[in-house]
Amino acid sequence: MSAVPPPPSRLVVKNLEIRLANDDVEVVRDVSFTVNAGEVLGVVGESGSGKTTVALALLGYARRGLRVSAGEIVLDGSNLLAMSPHELREVRGAKVSYVPQDPAAALNPTLKIGTQLSEALTSHPGSVDGVRNRIVEVLREVHMDADPDMLRRYPHQLSGGQQQRFAIAMAFACRPSLIVLDEPTTGLDVSSQRHVLETIQSLCRSYGVAAVYVSHDLAVVGGLVSQVAVMYAGRVVELGPIRQVFDCPIHPYTRGLLAAAPSPERAEVLTGIDGQPPRPGQRPPGCSFAPRCSFAEELCRREAPLPTTVNGCVVRCHRASDIQFAAHDRVVVDVVPSSESEPLLALRSVSASYGPKPILHAIDLELQPDRCVAVVGESGSGKTTLARCIVGLHSNWNGSMRFDGDLLAAGAKKRPREVLRRIQYIFQNPYTSLNPRKTIGQILAQPLEHFWKLDARTRDDRVTQVLSDVSLGVDFLDRYPDQLSGGERQRVAIARALVVKPDVLVCDEVTSALDVSVQAVIIELLRKLQREQHLAMIFITHNLALVRSIAQTTVVLNEGRVVEAGTVDQILEHPTDPYTRRLIEDVPKLAILGMSRRADA
Amino acid sequence: MSTATSQKLPSEAEDAAPVSPPWRVRHPLLSLMARRSLAGVATLFIVSIIIFLATEVLPGNAAYAVLGHTASPAHLRLLERQLGLEKGIFAQYGSWLGGLFSGHLGTSLASGQGVWSLVKPQLINSAQLVVIAGVIGTIFGVAAGAVAALYKDSWFDHVTSVVALTVTALPEFVVAIGLIVLFATLAFHLLPAVSIVPAGTYAWNNPKVLVLPVSTLVIVIIPYTLRMMRASMIEALESDYVEMAQLKGVKPWRIVLFHALPNSIAPTIQVIGLNFLYLAGGIVIVENVFNYPGIGQGLINAVSNRDIPVIQFIVIVLAAFYVFVNILTDVIALLATPRRRIAR
Amino acid sequence: MSRSVRSQTRTGSNRRQGFAALGAAARSARGRVGLIITTVVVLIAVVGPFVAPYSATAFVSAPFATPTAHYWLGTDTIGRDVLSRILDGGWVLLLMALSSTVFGIVIGGAAGISAAYLRGRIDGLIMRTVDVILAFPSLVFALLLVSLVGPKLWLIVIAVGFSHAPQVARVLRSSALDISERDYVKSIELQGVRAAKVMWSEIVPNLTSPLMVEAGLRLTYSIVIISGLAFLGFGQAPPAPNWGYMINENRIGLQINPWGVIVPALLVALLTIGVNTFTDAVARVAIGVERRNATVALTEQVSLPSRESV
Repeated sequence: MSAVPPPPSRLVVKNLEIRLANDDVEVVRDVSFTVNAGEVLGVVGESGSGKTTVALALLGYARRGLRVSAGEIVLDGSNLLAMSPHELREVRGAKVSYVPQDPAAALNPTLKIGTQLSEALTSHPGSVDGVRNRIVEVLREVHMDADPDMLRRYPHQLSGGQQQRFAIAMAFACRPSLIVLDEPTTGLDVSSQRHVLETIQSLCRSYGVAAVYVSHDLAVVGGLVSQVAVMYAGRVVELGPIRQVFDCPIHPYTRGLLAAAPSPERAEVLTGIDGQPPRPGQRPPGCSFAPRCSFAEELCRREAPLPTTVNGCVVRCHRASDIQFAAHDRVVVDVVPSSESEPLLALRSVSASYGPKPILHAIDLELQPDRCVAVVGESGSGKTTLARCIVGLHSNWNGSMRFDGDLLAAGAKKRPREVLRRIQYIFQNPYTSLNPRKTIGQILAQPLEHFWKLDARTRDDRVTQVLSDVSLGVDFLDRYPDQLSGGERQRVAIARALVVKPDVLVCDEVTSALDVSVQAVIIELLRKLQREQHLAMIFITHNLALVRSIAQTTVVLNEGRVVEAGTVDQILEHPTDPYTRRLIEDVPKLAILGMSRRADA
Repeated sequence: MSTATSQKLPSEAEDAAPVSPPWRVRHPLLSLMARRSLAGVATLFIVSIIIFLATEVLPGNAAYAVLGHTASPAHLRLLERQLGLEKGIFAQYGSWLGGLFSGHLGTSLASGQGVWSLVKPQLINSAQLVVIAGVIGTIFGVAAGAVAALYKDSWFDHVTSVVALTVTALPEFVVAIGLIVLFATLAFHLLPAVSIVPAGTYAWNNPKVLVLPVSTLVIVIIPYTLRMMRASMIEALESDYVEMAQLKGVKPWRIVLFHALPNSIAPTIQVIGLNFLYLAGGIVIVENVFNYPGIGQGLINAVSNRDIPVIQFIVIVLAAFYVFVNILTDVIALLATPRRRIAR
Repeated sequence: MSRSVRSQTRTGSNRRQGFAALGAAARSARGRVGLIITTVVVLIAVVGPFVAPYSATAFVSAPFATPTAHYWLGTDTIGRDVLSRILDGGWVLLLMALSSTVFGIVIGGAAGISAAYLRGRIDGLIMRTVDVILAFPSLVFALLLVSLVGPKLWLIVIAVGFSHAPQVARVLRSSALDISERDYVKSIELQGVRAAKVMWSEIVPNLTSPLMVEAGLRLTYSIVIISGLAFLGFGQAPPAPNWGYMINENRIGLQINPWGVIVPALLVALLTIGVNTFTDAVARVAIGVERRNATVALTEQVSLPSRESV
């Protein structure tokens, strides 16, 4: 805060190492980067990569059970890790501030937001003059009213987007040098997400602060940051200018992430990364990514690679120089024409409500046999309610649903057993859809017993068959759900639906709880199964980018109404409805960086 | 604990709705009080029916129950008339219920005294016991719980948690006997072992007689408050909003007072309410041990003498206390929780 | 999204919260202390009647005689051997407490789980009933019944068990509400499986932890209430020995032979402390599993906030 011009690098992180507090297991290691004033560094990684741990360390903070064991975090010339608790408290909020992932939990529910904001200022007397003026100013900057009525509100009286903007205002209140943003748009709709991102971008520019933006979503980071650090298993595996990293990624993990990211532009086969990241303490010697890497060789399994600079990027990979020239192909999905046959499932003017509250208004929807229709909508659009009406979990609806020519009753209880068997549902969250007290074998055998009363022998055969259909081995039979990763659980959930040979599969946001690389694997699996087993599928998603990879036709829902329906190409390329158009525009795209897909040529 | 899916449903419904203007929102506090009071009255009504029917329908009628097998028919008839048993069942219930409201509670079968004049001094004595013990227990419990949470894993935390765990389980009469052994008989002779309250006076006229009964009850209720306060304070201290406050550079004392404390009080209020409810039952034994002239002792005497009108009245008073404390607890908890108090 | 990820580890740990929690609790320091105390008192109560030196109802000496070589703990208010009465005075109490606990857990559990799963009118009816029963303090409820029917042991067991039921119902209802909303339950419902079967095979197995903890708590309270009733004289008919009543009847001789009061009081206290301590250990294991699972993946998956510097 002196008159001397700031040094070129606002933040220098050197060899940061974080361990579990009691056992000596490393969680984060050898993390180094610098951020200049006015620059945004993106930290990208999937769950478990250590990105949030690093983000919090930038405030000199480690969550309970963790400790920063080595390294330097130098902010404006002073090392945060060498400060006393008292000095740290004075720095936090004043010179470095934090925007949390989930503002609904991070804002105190019993304090008015005005109090929480002024508290950020009064905790650091001297950082700004005139608390009241600053409150008005900073709230205006995040496009919120600063009238007394607003300041008297409690956090729960704000919408999700407002809460996040308010959290950003708190972070900028003391005009910090560095701001750390931890996935600040995770819970938001694409449109709120875009507004929040724009706000962050303009504030960073006008304040000249350095920013670190943590995200699991490459596309979100793409439009915002100048440099990106890709984290895997507690290390930065690739660090470089965003264009460089996106255009010619070198580390196999970065390449994998990019290949797994769906694109609304073209229907591509998504390639996921098989396997799962190692947990802290179970990381292999050598390169942590080696077990999942197709380029790995003996050296990779033996020795951890040192950072090398290739094309302006710092990469931790033994094979960086070879991979540099390897092809980075993407396969285009073969187009399935939309079918003209009799629909297998047809909804006519279906309206539904929760109690007195209407959710869906006169929905029409047709599903041809052997085809997939995507239902796209933001949260609150009623898409999950629609799915629940179709499968019979929600019975408060009217209108008509015909399945294979017959009318469907409202609610599973009133439907014949055969109908229940033929329409199967896959839940959004694989962590809650499997009974934790049952083995995978029991979970898969249960529907067979219920619908077909098969003898044990036939049952076992069918269960083994369906397990191999979802690429799981028989060794999964005796495991319990909590021994499985998220992707494996979702495969089991798919297997449970397929085991009774249904005709219609309703998939409700089945990948939203999963990481991008796992999402790609599941999407590909579903696409393959849908074609091979001639299923008709309803694929419900908030993610427009996924639609191309899996569906032939699509329906866009907004506030319980169908605003547009047609083939995927037609809707994504020539949307006629203004809502659809806005939705497509708001989706963060990898391609806004220009020629991001190198192998397109 | 709730999952993404189960969270999704209500939020889907909510998100679509604009924030309702304040004049259209019914005040949650008023509507809660109205609903609870109504439910409370209904509960009391059913309780009164149960008490009445129980004393009426169970083996033999009340008169028979009072006089036993050896009663002569003449005696029975006399008593039946005294109890109003010769009237129809609805008429009996009606006159009893009417009596409750008009203050004509009938006469005690054992002493011939009016029920109200018999029970009133007991009621006042018991109320003193409950209120004093409740207030002291709450203050100490909340304070000790908060300190234990702030210094989690310190010696204070360990000692209080072991003591609390041990004492939680103790029956009141064991605690009472322990205190008598220590302070009134074997070890020291500081305090009276029996709380003698002369007729026409109340316990507070001679505070010494209150010390041991109050101490017993305080010892028994502190652990609940302490454990709940400790748990909810720790939960608050480990919450995202306290982490956020730390990351904002808020001073530690401010974090405790303004962030952690207000959020940990609400769940503790429920336990404080439960403690008062517990006290209503707990006094029965404690009053008996110390021969303290309250409604607990009165109830036991009435049960021994099968003094039906007195039993009926004391039980309905306890039920009314239960309903009242429940409403009060809910209202205070609501006041402490803006999320529930103020609509979106 | 991250919220749901956070809940992963919680649901994931349920499997190990089953009856294995009992074993894990017994291995913890706290649990071992609780188990040892409980076992000692239970052994005294169960084996006692067979090793008592005298008849529990025989007059052997002068009232309130102090301990001698023949009468180790002296004699009671009317000259019976205190030790013999103690050895013979626990098993009825134990048996009554156990039966009323089982009664309360079965009735309350069934009511709470059905209310949570079936919702609607059945839920309303059950919970209103619960409210009404709760309006009677347990002890008062038992006293009311006893005053009407007489001090019958079976009646006390039923009264105490019945007065537990509403609390058990409330606790299990709230746990079962959460489980009933889980997707795995919905997925079974979508097959058109009967409600009773869904409850028994999908919900109950996920409630073993709250059931065990609740059973332990209720057992503690049963002992407290039943010994309290005995203390007040509502237990076995007078000459029969009972720890609770012994304390009361020997109270007047506290200054002469305190053992007739102190030892039974200590035994009742140890019994409740033992059971409660073990229950606490079980509860800790049930919660602890979540925590331990969390530390395995100390990453973004699980958020472990700290109170550093507070």
